Amino acid sequence: MGGMRTAGDLVARMQMSRGMKINEAKEYVAGKLGISVMDLVDPVIMTEIRQDFNLGLTTPLPGYAKGMEAKFNIADALGIEINSVNKFKERSKGIS
Amino acid sequence: MKRYRTRKGDGSFIELSESELKSELEEGTKDAAGRAHIPPLSEDELKYLFELFSHPSKFISVEMGNEIVLSYDAATLKIRRVGVSTHRIQSLQIYEKLLGADTLEFDHVDYSVKPVKPIITFEQPELEQALLVTTLPMFYGAQPNLGLYNQPDGPCPNPGDLYAEGNIKEAQESQEEAVEYAISDMVQMGSAMYESGADGINFDTTGAAGDTDFLATLKAVEKLREKYPDMCIEVGMAGEFVLGMHGGLSYDGVRLAGLYPHKQVELAQKAGVTIFGPVANTKTDRSVPWNTARSVTYFKECVKVSEIPIHANMGMGVGGLPMVDHPPIDAVSRASKAMVEITRLDGL
Repeated sequence: MGGMRTAGDLVARMQMSRGMKINEAKEYVAGKLGISVMDLVDPVIMTEIRQDFNLGLTTPLPGYAKGMEAKFNIADALGIEINSVNKFKERSKGIS
Repeated sequence: MKRYRTRKGDGSFIELSESELKSELEEGTKDAAGRAHIPPLSEDELKYLFELFSHPSKFISVEMGNEIVLSYDAATLKIRRVGVSTHRIQSLQIYEKLLGADTLEFDHVDYSVKPVKPIITFEQPELEQALLVTTLPMFYGAQPNLGLYNQPDGPCPNPGDLYAEGNIKEAQESQEEAVEYAISDMVQMGSAMYESGADGINFDTTGAAGDTDFLATLKAVEKLREKYPDMCIEVGMAGEFVLGMHGGLSYDGVRLAGLYPHKQVELAQKAGVTIFGPVANTKTDRSVPWNTARSVTYFKECVKVSEIPIHANMGMGVGGLPMVDHPPIDAVSRASKAMVEITRLDGL
């Protein structure tokens, strides 16, 4: 689908975390982001959407979420648990 | 007479007439239907495949809106295999930022569960670091590879030698012993990498050592699913047909030897698999149209009966593609489009 250039990683996450088939996963992600299913694979639209929701960008911009930071925002935007995000929270307890 | 340029399963170019192309497609679907006792492709689907293989373009793709998820097995291994001198974390960044991958997979160069076990504490912190700097969902992948549990590589007497000596019962007992070792190792590896933060575990090339390999994987999945209800577990197969290296093994009352994809996926679902990757082997002396029609026939039935996402294996020597190191794009794009638009699967 194009990975981070589009919404490929987000659709893959719904297959992986909820066992959704492709059409259900696409509709779920599109619904959460407030866009159409066709928009999910458009790198122009999705670059803007990923900036708006701060979901990580192929070309990193200053001040925007990267790597793990972006996964925190993806978990919130899609309403899912992400294992590495939860592990990050567990391991960083008490550090602040 | 117009002739259509395509390839054989060994990658070499061939030219087929219209009637020859149609005949290849019909024979391919009939071959799969006969072997797996499933319906062949319909007239409309064969017509669709004919249009695909008679299209003059080198590269073709799915219609807009039919895009699917592309997951990648052995990602870090493949960068190393082609001689690119990068660290594994850099390899994953290449997949994420340059190749447009939808998922990532971290793995050891040996890509088998058994050799990972003694170095698991080296694998875990590197995976943990990779998870900090990447955004895509991340698998940890390895093959069950039950052959490594046989002597001289492993503890169990070699069933190949025992069969050759006529010691059938001993050969079967040895394989049953290997199953128990493999389950233990797969659960240990899967647990460790999930505890480190992996989104999922991919047991790739499952069934390479036959029914013992498939049984060990199904039982390991059961245990991991019980331990980690939210873990994504992908199982990708080694071949279209489960080889009866033992011959007497069953899971949930179903004999494993001889199962084709649409029956394999039913057991995978029962065990707790999240995503299933069926395989159809390429016959190198038949054409790519023949192999594609055959593969699509297997996978269409697999998707039809499956309640979980299907990510078909498409690569060198599987999924209708030629058995070559670098599958040509004319064959890859046609077989991929056919997979998506006929079977309606969920990923490749």
